[in-house]
Amino acid sequence: MNTDKPLLIKRLWVVSFSLMLVLLIAMFLGLSLGSSQSGMKAVFQNLFGIEPHDPMLDTIIWKIRFPRILLAALVGGTLSLGGLVFQALLKNPLAEPYILGISGGSAIGAIIGILMGFTRFPGVSLTAFSGSIATLLLILVMSSGQTILKKDALLLSGVMVNAFCGAVIMFLVSLTQDARLHNIIFWLMGDLSMVDMPQVGILAAMLLPCFFLLFWFSNSMNLLLMGKEMAQTMGVNVQAVTVILLVATSFMVSATVSYCGLVGFVGLVIPHLLRLLFGPDHRVLVPACVFGGGAYLVFCDVLARALPDQGEMPAGVITAMIGAPLFIYLLKRTRR
Amino acid sequence: MAIDVKNLNYYYRDIQALKDLSFSVTQGDFFIIIGPNGSGKTTLMKVMAGILKPKKGRMKILNRTIENYTRKNLAQTMAFVPQMTPVDFPFSVIEVVLMGRSPYLGMLGVEQEGDLKIAEQALTFTGVENLAHRKLDQLSGGEQQRVFIARAICQESQIILLDEPTASLDLAHQIRLMDLMEKLKKEKGITVVMVSHDVNLAAMYCDRLLLLNKGEMVCLGHPDEVLTFKTLEAAYGCTLLVDESPLGKFPRITPVPHKFMDHLQKS
Repeated sequence: MNTDKPLLIKRLWVVSFSLMLVLLIAMFLGLSLGSSQSGMKAVFQNLFGIEPHDPMLDTIIWKIRFPRILLAALVGGTLSLGGLVFQALLKNPLAEPYILGISGGSAIGAIIGILMGFTRFPGVSLTAFSGSIATLLLILVMSSGQTILKKDALLLSGVMVNAFCGAVIMFLVSLTQDARLHNIIFWLMGDLSMVDMPQVGILAAMLLPCFFLLFWFSNSMNLLLMGKEMAQTMGVNVQAVTVILLVATSFMVSATVSYCGLVGFVGLVIPHLLRLLFGPDHRVLVPACVFGGGAYLVFCDVLARALPDQGEMPAGVITAMIGAPLFIYLLKRTRR
Repeated sequence: MAIDVKNLNYYYRDIQALKDLSFSVTQGDFFIIIGPNGSGKTTLMKVMAGILKPKKGRMKILNRTIENYTRKNLAQTMAFVPQMTPVDFPFSVIEVVLMGRSPYLGMLGVEQEGDLKIAEQALTFTGVENLAHRKLDQLSGGEQQRVFIARAICQESQIILLDEPTASLDLAHQIRLMDLMEKLKKEKGITVVMVSHDVNLAAMYCDRLLLLNKGEMVCLGHPDEVLTFKTLEAAYGCTLLVDESPLGKFPRITPVPHKFMDHLQKS
């Protein structure tokens, strides 16, 4: 094997660039599709300042579609990354923030925050974060003790946490007549339509540092997959790394939940697909998940907007319809 | 001294797992720890590997107290092959072996060409170079064990600790693995410390043997000092036949099933 550059760096660039390209294509597609039938050509002309310029279309593109697409890209990347980290930490390819109930927990937190009249940032984001940490602790306590996190035990406890969270959410929603909860059902299914640019900016400011942090620990995730003991004797501070990864991931996921509710299964579909394509090395998978997951949710959102004749459906509907069957398939395959 | 242990104690809550152990392992020795189930072998191995902290007593690795090592320093000095655990993620053999370089690399573990060479040499040494690009989960238990040992060799440490590496292997693979460890000791001068259930394998290969029972040291020394009828029967609590191996001057141990007891008394 003769390579002038380290193998990894090369692969990292190739994978990141190609997925970034996919993301850009998805974003362009997202910008051009919508209820006003303006066509790709007009959008292209507006984007690159080619005449004739349509000021109306400008507003639609930059004020309505662009924040939504950025949000979809950020949320998709975050949730894929969240799935990837949980899969590495729990050594279970079926783990995912939504399936584990972490998303549900942050949704309870977010709803409590909304009911208490907090603003989305920092109030609701903080209550959502506390909700996610609480469910995380609950899951870890429930599944610890015995041989660390048996696959089925972990998934079952996740399903139960999820069911419980769902009940609590409906309980809270039914108790109040609050007009603020008017759209709550829509929001719960993962709705990407309710943000403007400054809000997306705040979310990005919360998420981007986490992306870099997780990339910094990507090699530690590789070593952790060999087992805690082997990782420790290869120089990894297992306890510290585990805590940092869990907290950073819960923080990211709860931030996205407080902005667009529950988008499920992205963290299952994308890491699985990318692992098939590029192998299990987390140093490649972390950036791949950010770009690939972003592109995936933008595509799903395009579908969610294009499929219904009138109005639109939440993107979470599409991701669940793709993700749940894949989950069942994977569960059947990994059971021996 | 490669490893020097003094008055070592370890307990899980109120259960004492290791009681006042004091012993040392000479550099370049093949050192095997035996003992019945629950005797504290694996706990001792984890304490020696730096995974568990001793509750009392002290431990020196290459004449330096273990607390004075950084994690990476310790990893450069000592490698550990734990009991086999399944890896569910499709890492290739060369990727796994390269992980052994991480104590020498930065946070992201970006490996250079030199590291790749060391990894390839380690694969050749353990005789699995033809598997370099296969996926770990497609290999047999014996092959996987060799890959993990290649990973440990790639760590270029002076000491290698192994926890029951022969446990799930068939007879041929057991001997091949023990031969490999002996070669490692002879050709590279590496100190090999191993926990084993197999007293006969231990007798054939090790320089010194430590017999543990209930967390205490029963006996330490050459195989023919440790593997006597008296010490073994006391530790394992079953009748054993100890004679000389047809292969050389070391003991052979045969556990005696109940139905052969009469036969044994007559002869």
